[in-house]
Amino acid sequence: MKSLVAAFCLLLVAAPVAAETVNVKVGVLREAHSRETLSILDIPAADDTLAGALMGAADNNTTGKFTNQTFETIDAKLDEGDNVVAALDSLIEKGALFIIADLSPERLLAASERAKSKGALLFNVSATDDRLREEDCRANVIHVAPTRSMLADGLAQYLVWKQWRRWLMIKGSHPKDELLAQAFRNSARKFGAKVVEERVYEDTGGGRRSDSGSVQTQRQMPLLTQNAPAYDALIAADESEVFGGYLPYRTWDPRPVAGSAGLMPTNWDPAHEQWGALQLQNRFIQTFRRLMNARDNAAWLAMRMIGEAATRTASNDAEKLRLYMLGKDFSIAAFKGVRLTLRPWNQQLRQPILLSDGRIVVSVSPQEGFLHQVSELDTLGVDQPETKCRLK
Amino acid sequence: MQIEMKNALPIVARLTRHGRACPGHQRASPNGVGARDKRGHDGRYAISMTISAFLCAILSFTPAHAYKAYVSNEKGNSVTVIDTDKLEAIATVKVGRRPRGIALNKDGSELYICAGDDDAIQALDTKTLKITGKLPSGPDPELLALSPDGSIIYVSNENDNLVTLIDVKKKEMIGDIPVGVEPEGMAVSPDGKLLVNTSETTNMAHLIDTQSKEIVANILVDGRPRFAEFKQDGSELWVSSEVGGTVAVIDPVKRELKQKISFDIPAMSKEAIQPIGISFTRDGKRAFVALGPANRVAVIDAETKKIEKYFLVGQRVWHLAFTPDEKYLLTANGVSNDVSVIDVASLKVLKSIPVGAFPWGVVVAPQ
Repeated sequence: MKSLVAAFCLLLVAAPVAAETVNVKVGVLREAHSRETLSILDIPAADDTLAGALMGAADNNTTGKFTNQTFETIDAKLDEGDNVVAALDSLIEKGALFIIADLSPERLLAASERAKSKGALLFNVSATDDRLREEDCRANVIHVAPTRSMLADGLAQYLVWKQWRRWLMIKGSHPKDELLAQAFRNSARKFGAKVVEERVYEDTGGGRRSDSGSVQTQRQMPLLTQNAPAYDALIAADESEVFGGYLPYRTWDPRPVAGSAGLMPTNWDPAHEQWGALQLQNRFIQTFRRLMNARDNAAWLAMRMIGEAATRTASNDAEKLRLYMLGKDFSIAAFKGVRLTLRPWNQQLRQPILLSDGRIVVSVSPQEGFLHQVSELDTLGVDQPETKCRLK
Repeated sequence: MQIEMKNALPIVARLTRHGRACPGHQRASPNGVGARDKRGHDGRYAISMTISAFLCAILSFTPAHAYKAYVSNEKGNSVTVIDTDKLEAIATVKVGRRPRGIALNKDGSELYICAGDDDAIQALDTKTLKITGKLPSGPDPELLALSPDGSIIYVSNENDNLVTLIDVKKKEMIGDIPVGVEPEGMAVSPDGKLLVNTSETTNMAHLIDTQSKEIVANILVDGRPRFAEFKQDGSELWVSSEVGGTVAVIDPVKRELKQKISFDIPAMSKEAIQPIGISFTRDGKRAFVALGPANRVAVIDAETKKIEKYFLVGQRVWHLAFTPDEKYLLTANGVSNDVSVIDVASLKVLKSIPVGAFPWGVVVAPQ
């Protein structure tokens, strides 16, 4: 458990200012992510997600010096068997009514249920499940992480722009792999691509990153991809990190890989530098001696959204801040080239999707030419007319 | 190659009466006369002194308005020099890493360059086009402004949330002022009494008393304020918010927000309209605002705040600078790696001049 309180100093101010210091306490409720990643570069650090929140709080505290507000981060890390409700209660007891949640969908919904009676507001920074914004949407959850459908649409727009419209899709055998595969199917239909064939890679529990791994995978992947109908791009739906990373350079036909490997859609990449992002990357590296991943960035952004709303409303009231964030005056700068706003119907943050090959940001969606009557960002993901969300 | 500008020097001194923010511009008096250089440059500065002296003798008889524009190339790590008579690049000078904000000193003899990745401000001799030294700036300097007498440089240090003060003569840091997150825009009021800094993540314009070196007001503006510019008479301060998509008009005396200017371009998404650079005509009647990825410059009636026109320039237009005679407006276009030259009278784009990678700031000085 860590806490960070920044000192504040009173200065002359002309901005909306609370007469006395307003303290905003933000809990970071996070579970451990798998260390079984295909690449050791993706093994999460001990301060995964938390680091982003801490940096956001430091930013907010710098602003707070002028507005008489302080921001405090309270960390709560869950182990596998830990009870999320108990951890949430403990955070709320300490005064944290804003919760940055890096949780599985099940735990997030349980936390939301509990938070309802306590008046706490959750910020989902990692769960990409569309159902959390649709049939299972909740009024006390704001979604900073993009959905699978937003990620898939971001990739699909680029592939269609490239005229790579015929996709061979290989999906993993776990439920969340199927959810991602479904998102890719929907995107193909939406943007005029075609999944020419689907295959499943069964997870038989073999050792990842084992000594003989490269020999095995070098033989397996061509077999997995041979005898396919004509296709332009191989789409990997492997959220479970079982095989996707092994596909590039090992396919039977020489084809680009996209999805869970190769060209990957994401809300943030440590190689992203456009629109001043280099600034954020530099600050993060200097402070935490590591690169900023997508969860860190979403946590930073959640903290910044809280800070921005608190600054503009001169308040720390969770409901007041939520209503401000949903209003027309709210927008947030996130080094993505455009201002980000919330979709009021399901409290999902609109955002561009980066397409990264792991070294370079190849492109950023929405792609030029995909138009929308409200915001081009709404060409990504489930749009208002299709939503099943009834906020309650 | 350098022209002895006996007759031009006093003009330079006059027209740079007060220091400008880096990407701003030096102004000439309307009847300012510079020396014309018709064919003096071969791009490599290889002409011998004799020829140079000969050319000077000829040229000193030619009354005209040729100026030099300097463009910082953020990723080219260079400064491109443009002859505004020929409308072409005449030299490219290698400078420190990540050059962004640039400004000329009072007499135009030195160009100060914020070399962000070198944590320094470099001084470039505008005659020899050689880096002559550097000023201590604090980490990651991004933009700078000079005091009206040219003795103090105010720098925004993006990484440290500071505005640093540098004594130009002594080449010493003489203080710093903590401001909001990611300080960027810098401007000094014409009377030198008020310094403004904008902080991109805090979303404020910090008004600083230059005597006491203390913040006297913090004014919330829209998202990611990038640039600040005073009207020549000091009556208004304009601050552009890149992500918010607006320009805030601030009363520097009352220290409060007067109004916000929004932009609306048919068939263009609101999100793509991102105001950055601002330039006022000397009479304060018109403002030109660069709109970033909208690839347009807006012409605004600076009195009624009505938008008169949008015109297309290069991609991701960044900062602007008038030639001292206000005949041309130059725009640094970050993505298309060029500078657009706008004829101010006809509001037409005359030419695009290729420069280095990611042109950022632009200033113009008489030759």
